[in-house]
Amino acid sequence: MKFAVIVFPGSNCDEDAVRAVRRVLGVVVDAIWYQTASLDGYDAVIIPGGFSYGDYLRAGAIARFAPVMTAVRRHALAGRPVLGICNGFQILTEAGLLPGALLPNEHLQFRCEIVTVQVETNQTPFTSAYRVGQQIRLPIAHGQGNYYADAATLEELRAHDQIVFRYVGENPNGSVDRIAGIVNRQRNVLGMMPHPERAVHPLLGSTDGAPVFISLLHTWEALFAGPSPVETSAVGVRSACAGGRE
Amino acid sequence: MMAEEPTPERIRDQRIYRDFGLRDDEYERICARLGRLPNYVETGIFSVMWSEHCSYKSSRKHLRALPTTGRDVLQGPGENAGIVDIGGGLGVAFKMESHNHPSAIEPYQGAATGVGGIIRDIFTMGARPIALLDSLRFGPLDRERNRYLFGRVVAGIASYGNCVGIPTVGGEVVFDEAYTHNPLVNVMCVGLIRSDRIARGVAEGVDNPVLVVGAKTGRDGIHGATFASVEDPQSHERSAVQVGDPFMEKLLLEACLELIERGIVVGIQDMGAAGLASASAEMASRAGNGIDIDVALVPRRETGMTPYEVMLSESQERMLVVVQRGREAEAQAIFTKWGLDAVVVGRVAPPLSDTSARGVGGLLCIREGGRVVGEIPVAALVDEAPVYDRPAERPAYLDDPALMAADDLPAASDLTADLLSLLARPTIASKAYVYRQYDFMVRASTVIRPGADAAVVALPDFSRGIAMTTDGNGRYVYLDPRRGSIHAVAEAARNLVCVGARPLAVTDCLNFGNPGKPGIFYQFVESIRGIGEACRALGIPVVSGNVSFYNETGGQDIFPTPVIGMVGLVENLEHLITPDLKAAGDVLILLGSDAVTLGGSEYAAMRSGRALGPTPPVDLGLEGRVQAMCREVIGAGWVRAAHDVADGGLAVAVAEMCIAGDTGAVLELAAPGRADVALFGEGGSRIVLEVAPEHVAMVEQTAAMRDVPCTTLGYVTDDGWLALTLYGKQRSDIPVKVALSVKALREQWEGALVWAMH
Repeated sequence: MKFAVIVFPGSNCDEDAVRAVRRVLGVVVDAIWYQTASLDGYDAVIIPGGFSYGDYLRAGAIARFAPVMTAVRRHALAGRPVLGICNGFQILTEAGLLPGALLPNEHLQFRCEIVTVQVETNQTPFTSAYRVGQQIRLPIAHGQGNYYADAATLEELRAHDQIVFRYVGENPNGSVDRIAGIVNRQRNVLGMMPHPERAVHPLLGSTDGAPVFISLLHTWEALFAGPSPVETSAVGVRSACAGGRE
Repeated sequence: MMAEEPTPERIRDQRIYRDFGLRDDEYERICARLGRLPNYVETGIFSVMWSEHCSYKSSRKHLRALPTTGRDVLQGPGENAGIVDIGGGLGVAFKMESHNHPSAIEPYQGAATGVGGIIRDIFTMGARPIALLDSLRFGPLDRERNRYLFGRVVAGIASYGNCVGIPTVGGEVVFDEAYTHNPLVNVMCVGLIRSDRIARGVAEGVDNPVLVVGAKTGRDGIHGATFASVEDPQSHERSAVQVGDPFMEKLLLEACLELIERGIVVGIQDMGAAGLASASAEMASRAGNGIDIDVALVPRRETGMTPYEVMLSESQERMLVVVQRGREAEAQAIFTKWGLDAVVVGRVAPPLSDTSARGVGGLLCIREGGRVVGEIPVAALVDEAPVYDRPAERPAYLDDPALMAADDLPAASDLTADLLSLLARPTIASKAYVYRQYDFMVRASTVIRPGADAAVVALPDFSRGIAMTTDGNGRYVYLDPRRGSIHAVAEAARNLVCVGARPLAVTDCLNFGNPGKPGIFYQFVESIRGIGEACRALGIPVVSGNVSFYNETGGQDIFPTPVIGMVGLVENLEHLITPDLKAAGDVLILLGSDAVTLGGSEYAAMRSGRALGPTPPVDLGLEGRVQAMCREVIGAGWVRAAHDVADGGLAVAVAEMCIAGDTGAVLELAAPGRADVALFGEGGSRIVLEVAPEHVAMVEQTAAMRDVPCTTLGYVTDDGWLALTLYGKQRSDIPVKVALSVKALREQWEGALVWAMH
């Protein structure tokens, strides 16, 4: 299995995403410059966190015009997985690949902390390694994570089991229905404000993010039967994380 | 802007140079050195290069006394940042700098550009920035303006650091009346570097091209350096404060690191204070060369800029780079990829041949198109900047018995209420309100997050970690400049030791009032003495630093506030220690002396509403032994939690450990003297350890062997109460008891800053 991590000017969690994929899965992962026109050969795409183009107009609003987004759209329409984390989630909503929008946090401050999130569905290629109802600890760090969708869209999201993560306890940003992450109707595009790539090592305070990557690999392996080529000697990590989570 | 620049004669006759901050005798020196009258642009360049901010003319003589060498030092003071070796081919580059004056006028941009500047100081060395820390000081939060300054400074730091993607992992926030008119914003950046890839700010190789890279040049921030060198910046215009663009910084950071990695760079330097003038002169000076610059080639974002404005602009996110001749195109390709300008604006010029007459080094030659508009020997700007031996005189207040009377405070009437009040003091209370606005986890390496004694960032392979902290205690230094400064160094080192690190080196940020006052200068000189003494005793060199004078408004000076930034190495991340208590039944042990006083304490300040001395004594021998022993027992795996005993004394330290661990504790103390002194008194060299019962004997034996006082305080409980019992001198004395639910303690500690701001 081969991962692409998109790098926009201003992305700053790209390296973290690359390292997380390597650490958890040990598969091939490449950083892909935003001017790249094709994502052929990649099985999964991650749009990482950061401040693409400084988030100066509106988070994600300029990144959606970048050349690579045409390829991301093609990749998504072909049914292959796209994971947008934080700024990546914002870019996916701006690009229309996910419904709704991310507004400035209700309290108007940037908020960084480790929060509890509930897994609402494991019927996605990103969450199959979690239990439904499982409460996990993931870092958040954003100024515009206040998810908003109109009533009709929300109804759609609920009706089709598209709400993937909800905040438990204090709502850190004012998101409607405590939404922390959603998938598209086809279930192959996930946007989430929490950072699974920052929760993949016990010393980071949580390893609860690892199953997102493990789920992707398992789904891919199930589809294409057989383990994927491993880039480094991280297989041990992969089995250890998988074992500890299920 | 002026329609026409004054002639050299008018500058002299109307003493226009005074408006630039130059003194009469300095101006005369310039004329004598040049053998003619300086023109407008030359006068401007001299004024910034000879300003306190750039030349350190008041402090230089005394800073020389600091220990700056050591086994691990790869780069000492004099460069953009200091670097220490951590083995494995890696080094840590770090520096702290003040942005006090801009932040007092425009707190959001002032703080943000402070962050931007210090980040550039780190990546200009070729280091990848891995962490930021901020040491902040404000006036009390019961005043609207102080809340505004505090809120906007924090928001400015957050906006910049978060966007660039460097975690803000630590620092300190202190509130005191002394900082009402002059808030302190000291920013530290830490970077990781391959020790064989250090880049330096040198203009070497005659004829090598000189490039301006990054943002375009505008009229912002002209004379920022000068204005940081005069008292009461409020009287100046906000337009002297620059505006930051963290997105541009992120691009510049990546492009510069790529450029250095490629080996194209000969020398590189941030254009910070005094912009192009200072960067070119300093780079030329370090190499003993000159620089020839054509200001017409500098990319601008405003029209009609004069050579004077281009040379002195402090527009942010720009660097001056010297590359190998013939590799300009390669360099430009990298910057084009990142969407940045990289324009050749000049060449490295040879040293002057007639050294006897004009000193060592070359000429800074400024052209506009074909016309030479300024020509100054580099040596005159840098090496020959004035050095002042300012008079220092012990200020009278230090001998005022009424000020040194903390121990005369009447004994406390309600210890329980006092403990709660101390925890709610904004200086002691939880700083989560601040650090949750900072992205402290980006780069996914922060293994000890804000709120502990020190922060720790893991190296990429998660085997080792870099510990970092900032510490200062202006009240201690005010009450005893030398001793207070020793405390600052000792506490910084203790904080590192408490997380399991070995202290490596110091960067200092020295914030003082007006050095023209002999009393203030005495504080400065004594403070440096103290820092030097402590660094020598503990074996920790000073590798970089910054001086900020003129923190004075309306004749009122700040507390003299040297802030110590320190980094250390955690050799084994498995032995990472945090202050939260872990398990009921564990034993609490105090390392260090139980001789404490109310002098200088937060408690005395709370009770009296002002600083009351004297600053507690400090025994550097004991300090060293306590720290060495703490590292020893942590290394042996016998310690579950450790916490430095600082502001608020033992009771506050243990309360913080209970709150962090969500546990209770029972403590029994022998307190032959006053109960409030035993609970809230301060003194250095003290650490509380949580030790599993089976390891207590080993810890005690080690203490005996290492000649470290070691007292069993009590044990950890799971009943959610902190219970303190103090036994008097005699068996018959009724013990004093203080018992509080940890929930109540937490409410005060966690709520204080949030309540104050809403």
